[in-house]
Amino acid sequence: MKPPPFRYHDPDSVEEAIGLLGRLENARLLAGGQSLMPMLNMRFVLPDHLIDLARVEALRGVRLEADRARIGAMTVQRDLERDAALAERLPLVAEALRWVGHRQTRNRGTLGGSLCHLDPAAELPAVCAVLDAVVRVRGPGGERQLAFADFPLGYMTPAIEPDEMLVGVELPLWPRGHGHGFAEFARRHGDYAIALAAVQLALDASGRIARAAVAIGGVGPAPVRVQAAERALLGEAPTDAVLAAAAAACREVEAMDDVQVPGTYRRQLAGVMARRALADAVARASAQGT
Amino acid sequence: MSGGHASSLAPGQRHNGDADPRRRFVGARVTRLEDPPLVRGQGTYVGNLGFPNQLHMRVVRSPVAHGVLRSIDTSAAREHPGCRGVWTGQDVADIPPITFRPTSVQGLEPYRQYILARDRVRYIGEPVAVVFAADPYVAEDIADLVTMDIEALPVLLSADAPPGEFAPGHSTEAGVLRKQFGDVDAAFREAHEVVEVDVRVGRHSGVPMEPRGALARHDHSRDVIELYGAGKRPHAHRDAVAALLGRSPVGMHFYEGHIGGGFGVRGEIYPEDVLVCLAALRLGRPVKWIEDRRENLLACNHSREQHHVVRAALDRDARILAIDAKLWHDQGAYIRTHGARVPDMAMGTLIGGYHVPAYRAVGHIRLTNKTPAATYRSPGRFESTYACERLMDAVAERFGLSPIEVRRRNLIRRDQYPYPRPMEILDHPVELDSGDFPRLLDRTLEHLRWDDLQAEIARRRDAGECVGVGMGFFMEKSGLGPVDGAKVNVDTRGKVQVVTGSSSIGQGVETVMAQICADALGVDYADVKVIHGRTDMIDYGIGAHASRATVMTGGATRMAALNVRRKALEFAAAHMIEAPIEVLDIVDGKVVRTDRPGEPGIPLGRVAAALAPSPEVVAFGIPGLTAEGWFETAGLTHPYGIHTAVVKVDPDTGGVTVERFHVAYDIGCAINPMLVEGQIVGGVAQGLGGALLEEFVYDERGEPLSVTFADYLMPTAREMPPVEVLLTEDAPSPNNALGMKGAGEAGITGVGAAIAAAIDDAIGKPGAIRELPVTPQRLRAILAGRPAGA
Repeated sequence: MKPPPFRYHDPDSVEEAIGLLGRLENARLLAGGQSLMPMLNMRFVLPDHLIDLARVEALRGVRLEADRARIGAMTVQRDLERDAALAERLPLVAEALRWVGHRQTRNRGTLGGSLCHLDPAAELPAVCAVLDAVVRVRGPGGERQLAFADFPLGYMTPAIEPDEMLVGVELPLWPRGHGHGFAEFARRHGDYAIALAAVQLALDASGRIARAAVAIGGVGPAPVRVQAAERALLGEAPTDAVLAAAAAACREVEAMDDVQVPGTYRRQLAGVMARRALADAVARASAQGT
Repeated sequence: MSGGHASSLAPGQRHNGDADPRRRFVGARVTRLEDPPLVRGQGTYVGNLGFPNQLHMRVVRSPVAHGVLRSIDTSAAREHPGCRGVWTGQDVADIPPITFRPTSVQGLEPYRQYILARDRVRYIGEPVAVVFAADPYVAEDIADLVTMDIEALPVLLSADAPPGEFAPGHSTEAGVLRKQFGDVDAAFREAHEVVEVDVRVGRHSGVPMEPRGALARHDHSRDVIELYGAGKRPHAHRDAVAALLGRSPVGMHFYEGHIGGGFGVRGEIYPEDVLVCLAALRLGRPVKWIEDRRENLLACNHSREQHHVVRAALDRDARILAIDAKLWHDQGAYIRTHGARVPDMAMGTLIGGYHVPAYRAVGHIRLTNKTPAATYRSPGRFESTYACERLMDAVAERFGLSPIEVRRRNLIRRDQYPYPRPMEILDHPVELDSGDFPRLLDRTLEHLRWDDLQAEIARRRDAGECVGVGMGFFMEKSGLGPVDGAKVNVDTRGKVQVVTGSSSIGQGVETVMAQICADALGVDYADVKVIHGRTDMIDYGIGAHASRATVMTGGATRMAALNVRRKALEFAAAHMIEAPIEVLDIVDGKVVRTDRPGEPGIPLGRVAAALAPSPEVVAFGIPGLTAEGWFETAGLTHPYGIHTAVVKVDPDTGGVTVERFHVAYDIGCAINPMLVEGQIVGGVAQGLGGALLEEFVYDERGEPLSVTFADYLMPTAREMPPVEVLLTEDAPSPNNALGMKGAGEAGITGVGAAIAAAIDDAIGKPGAIRELPVTPQRLRAILAGRPAGA
């Protein structure tokens, strides 16, 4: 559990980091290191160069605009969790972050690091999926934006070229008074989820569901939006039957199967977590009114 | 760690009426003497130690679970500029396979492990080669360059599958153990009812926070090999490693430093311990090896994996007539460290604290292509207690009785002690020394406010919650003899040194020995310095394992301290105070006259100074205020206890929350109740791991899947319930003067049994839990009425 030899670089700016990425062969970005360092120590990854982004101040911070939150990729998870303005407009983010690892790891782990590592059971990718996040990626040719829905290409594979890096995330705000829900099942608190559900709901004046977003994580190779569940909710009053139908749709997502956790169990849990997250979201939306 | 520890032993208060007026420190909750260096970061863990010019060793391990080792290519490794040596099995062909602790079971020798694999590999993680370099990072780089050609053979991963071939002429069934007394077959013929359970405990083990490590150097000036980092049994292992290396024991010394957890696995003789000593000898430089966490989970002893099929024959009143047990013990790839001891103890303790007129047990020791297994805290007893208590719960269900009532009808009564059982455990005859289990049950129910607890559970069930309570009764064994010794000396400033052959694995042995010594001698415990884990300071020692240290080393420390006391009083009476010895006493470190209370005494340091060698002193006896003491005991001591768990099940997920855990334990005499409670709470944490979380899982090719802490799940503070401890002293052991019994394993033995019973109760399915750990997916499958994994 000692990493293989590598050269360490610590650029101050995004430009410098992208320059290094373009110039160096077999380089990896270090964005907090809560997954990469253990992988290095286990020699699962063997980079020749490590580019540490910790000194790139421009990549840190949360800025709230009229319709969106702009978050730097190197914003530390604990700072994101404690951002009061963001918590007021998108309380889902802070709630989900309490499930990310442990306080100690959240003091080092970053939003961008988690998104690019793209563990299928991680909380932040599911949050980005349910919030229709837009990710900003910069490379030698400039910046491009893509919807988070297009970000995962497969199991732990983000849509980022070797000479590109994630610089920021935009989270579109929901109307005040929306409800959120987050439910997760793991063997122990802080472990990667066996299944998790993230839900955003908004009710109209008559109490019917005007807008719904449901994402499931931990079950398939990447977090997914469950459109069948969202269709089951839209335009309906949030009765038990409606929520149950939406939860049932979440049991149909693609599931990974392994020796320790069979896919049937993951799918069943997806339904349970969705039901719980939906109930919380409805309670919060109703309580707040619109 | 959470926990309101409600102990019935308040400071300074004792249960048994025969309180010794001299007891000032024994029984007191005094603080630990060993903590200052630990809390200041001044510990001497082996990772903190080093010698100039040392090399680091890295082990190359088999990536194949079973195969013929055709060749090993070390050429690329040797060409690395940092390489200071590469060894394969051929380079250590003169070293015999590692010895294990014998029992009367014969025929296990062919199954021993060589320090580096020879013609076959038998588990993933088996040492195949070692490399040496001046830097541990470089050593790992070089290790990656060693390649091997292995022709895969079929893997055997189950102890209850038909045996295969270990080696030509040797089956993977290494041995079959048998224990029997009474006429079992007649009892089953005459039984009113027969109840059977078929239960399994999963493969898990002690996982110390500090992984294994060893640092060896050859001191050429004395021609002594020094090994740092060894704990547990320094003397026995010094002798064993010396024998493997062909050296005399006086040419080898073991030095124990601080140890971040022992639990039975750490401090045994593993291939790596022998390899560092051999390397220090051959390479002429100090050699250090520190295992990483992956190696720790892959290559340190595993434990626990057993399958039990146990039947009880019962009369019409649910009283046991006989128990008939079969078990399959998954030993892993080799017979290592403990021989047949774990299944032997499982079979020897399975019938617990119950009156069983006839008993038969057959245990199959089976080798598989997994990491070798041996002892882990409460070896054999965690497994057998779980099996026995599952059986007792099944009896209750069959007869329509409460689990408590079935225990009441079958527990050994106080007047039946000493209670002999005509069989042996570890080749020692079994005689349960003392006990009053029915009384402990009464006290447990009272302490738990049982009726209130039942009412609360009923109320919560009515509200839709899935909650339950379960108990596990256990009979422990501790204080294995036969003999241990200690040396006590007082220096000229009155400070006391106790030299023991014991070990400290964090359990508080320094404090406990100081307490015992202080009362026996008449000094403050804080003036007592306890030495342990050094083979160069005392010729014999039993180390620290099997809940032995307090009873055996404590007994020896007391004898030595009493001998020093007598020597001080005799010398003072004869040469320093002209008074008859009968009026002299030692109080607060001073020899005083009891007939003249106001008179200043003579400090022990002055007595020690006066005992410096001189013709007068030599005429009196051996110089120095020093003496040895030896303690011998005929039998084991048998503490006993009851674990009670309250759990809540989430039927949708299969998740289990342990809300409350209660341990009632009769220890005979608690030298330091605070330390006993600490032992118990730690044991509960580990027991909950084995009951709910921890499992070494393998895939069908024998690839271990639980080699990081992300996959091998230890309980954390978040998973720990409050632990309540009810410590009692109703049944002091007649086998030693203080009535002591062991404390090391009390917290873990009954956890699996109690958790299984509590989950059964919560889900309303008696007997549903048959396999540990109760993972959420297994419990979901039970709740859905399908086999696990479906």
